[in-house]
Amino acid sequence: MKNRTTVFQKAEKQELSLRYKRRGRVKEWFIEKFILLNATLAIVAIILIFVFVGKEALPVFTSPEVQKEANLGEFFLPQKYSPDSSPNIIWQPVSQRPKYSVIPLIIGTLKATIVAMLFAIPLAVAAAIFTSEFAPNRLKEIIKPVIELLAGIPSVVLGFFALIVMASFLQSVFDFTFRLNAINAGIALGLAVIPIIYTVSEDSLNAVPKQYREASLALGATRWQTAIKVALPAALPGIFAGIVLGFGRAVGETMIVLMASGNAAIVSWNFGESIRTLSATIAAELGEVVFGSPHYHALFFLGALLFVVTFIINFSGALYVEKLKAKLTGAKR
Amino acid sequence: MSRSFSKIQGYTFSGLTLLASLVIVAMLGVIVWNIFINGYGTLSWGFFTRAPEQGMTAGGIFPAIFGTVALVILMTIAVVPLGVLTAVYLHEYAKPDSVIARLVRAAVGNLAGVPSIVFGLFGLGFFVHFVGGGIDKLFYPGEVAWGQPAIIWAALTLAVLTLPVVIVSTEEALRAVPNEYREASYALGGSKWLTIRKIVLPHSVPGILTGAILAVGRGAGEVAPIMFTGAAYFLPYLPSKLNDQFMELGYHIFVMSTQSPDVEKTKPILYGTVLVLLILTFILNLLAILIRSKIRTAQRRAR
Repeated sequence: MKNRTTVFQKAEKQELSLRYKRRGRVKEWFIEKFILLNATLAIVAIILIFVFVGKEALPVFTSPEVQKEANLGEFFLPQKYSPDSSPNIIWQPVSQRPKYSVIPLIIGTLKATIVAMLFAIPLAVAAAIFTSEFAPNRLKEIIKPVIELLAGIPSVVLGFFALIVMASFLQSVFDFTFRLNAINAGIALGLAVIPIIYTVSEDSLNAVPKQYREASLALGATRWQTAIKVALPAALPGIFAGIVLGFGRAVGETMIVLMASGNAAIVSWNFGESIRTLSATIAAELGEVVFGSPHYHALFFLGALLFVVTFIINFSGALYVEKLKAKLTGAKR
Repeated sequence: MSRSFSKIQGYTFSGLTLLASLVIVAMLGVIVWNIFINGYGTLSWGFFTRAPEQGMTAGGIFPAIFGTVALVILMTIAVVPLGVLTAVYLHEYAKPDSVIARLVRAAVGNLAGVPSIVFGLFGLGFFVHFVGGGIDKLFYPGEVAWGQPAIIWAALTLAVLTLPVVIVSTEEALRAVPNEYREASYALGGSKWLTIRKIVLPHSVPGILTGAILAVGRGAGEVAPIMFTGAAYFLPYLPSKLNDQFMELGYHIFVMSTQSPDVEKTKPILYGTVLVLLILTFILNLLAILIRSKIRTAQRRAR
């Protein structure tokens, strides 16, 4: 009797669990696929950005209507803007004869970026060395969150500060002719870049195996010798990657340069003069442009240019970090 | 002799690195101090509750605060589920070196590095013209209802921009859930999804929250992506529908500091607005830092 019930129960249970399992499996399968689909969203987003920015830039290469005004020759080669003048490079899309040379914008972007990097790299790397090699724990607990807070300042606030406060200060110190210039914009840009370089550099210094430092100290090296001769060289690829990522940010940053650079597309290597960058040009002009005009498509071309350049910069930076990680974890084994 | 020389060298070197750290901290201090000193006098009840008046030289910033809050709420609703599920896939389902997982990771990394102005172009081209224009063609022939800059398009553009932030912090939180928890659930007959839903996700709530907070902090401060997708210079009304335009704090700062006819007269309001935005983002970031440091301690203990 007892035996029969257990057999019955067993059979019943088995059937039940099988049914549940089957239903469960189908459900699990659907859920997994749904989540997988969701995860591809990041890939889809990158592709959509590429497609939709590229789509609006494309007429610059294909539409004869648009090409009359804006084409690759106009963008990159000196043009004769009037019959009796010598070839020139000017960005001036709103005029009798629209001028679309991107060279002044590229020069402006480079000038701001160079100043930003010269300002940010020494400070950020030195601060990273300090926090990972020398700082007592309590100081570390202060410096790290402060730099994270710096990363949290919206770029429009940095732009505002550079425009209203820093520009006047710098002008009175360096006696610039133009209040808003490459130095002013570059330093503000540097403030935005410091947290990036700092974080990546500090991470890669921390990733250097402890044994390296211990071995060096055991051989009688001092702490700073260990820092500069052992830890720094081992972390150098990571620091370099941080610099590359910071460079990518500086090239693409918009609000700071839009507000603090003066926005004049001048061809000169004088850092005391106003500049106009690629990103700021898009931000300043897209609002007033006629939808579908050559100017509109030229601005999307600038966007596509920025996208491709930063994509390459970031990709190579990320690749470098991967390689470094592989190397360091390999060394640990 | 050489020993003391190397000692001096050592002090100089570590002193210089200390100096660099102090310079960074000091610069942050100067910025915050300057904005606080010039801004706090403006903060008053009326400043928070009134609309800009007399060409933005008087009145308050209520529409901008309202717009910013509405914008980040919409953005959060869009980005958190998507970001969390992506992180769940990466950490719970995918094999670490499967092709898809690596592609997704690469895409997330690259998405984080796309310049914000490019997001603005993308939002205009994709959301406003393609999606919005498409809806208009289908449902509102001959009208412009959705194919124009609107708060929903700005929010979705920001959602794409902040996706990496949510994914990265959620994944970190998932990593902090000890494997024993999952194994215990499996041993009790729990399926994978049940385990994720009842065990893994509840234990990652603080991390997901960090991600959401960071995303909100980032979204509240971004101006370039919303310039062409929905933000307006000035609106006499508050946005009430998803396809309305809106005012936003960051954009308001930009407009006041670059397009104002009389910067000196605008300055008090301008500083007040900057202070409000700064306080907002600092509180959000501090919250995120605090929660994250708690998670990290828990993680260390779990090991």
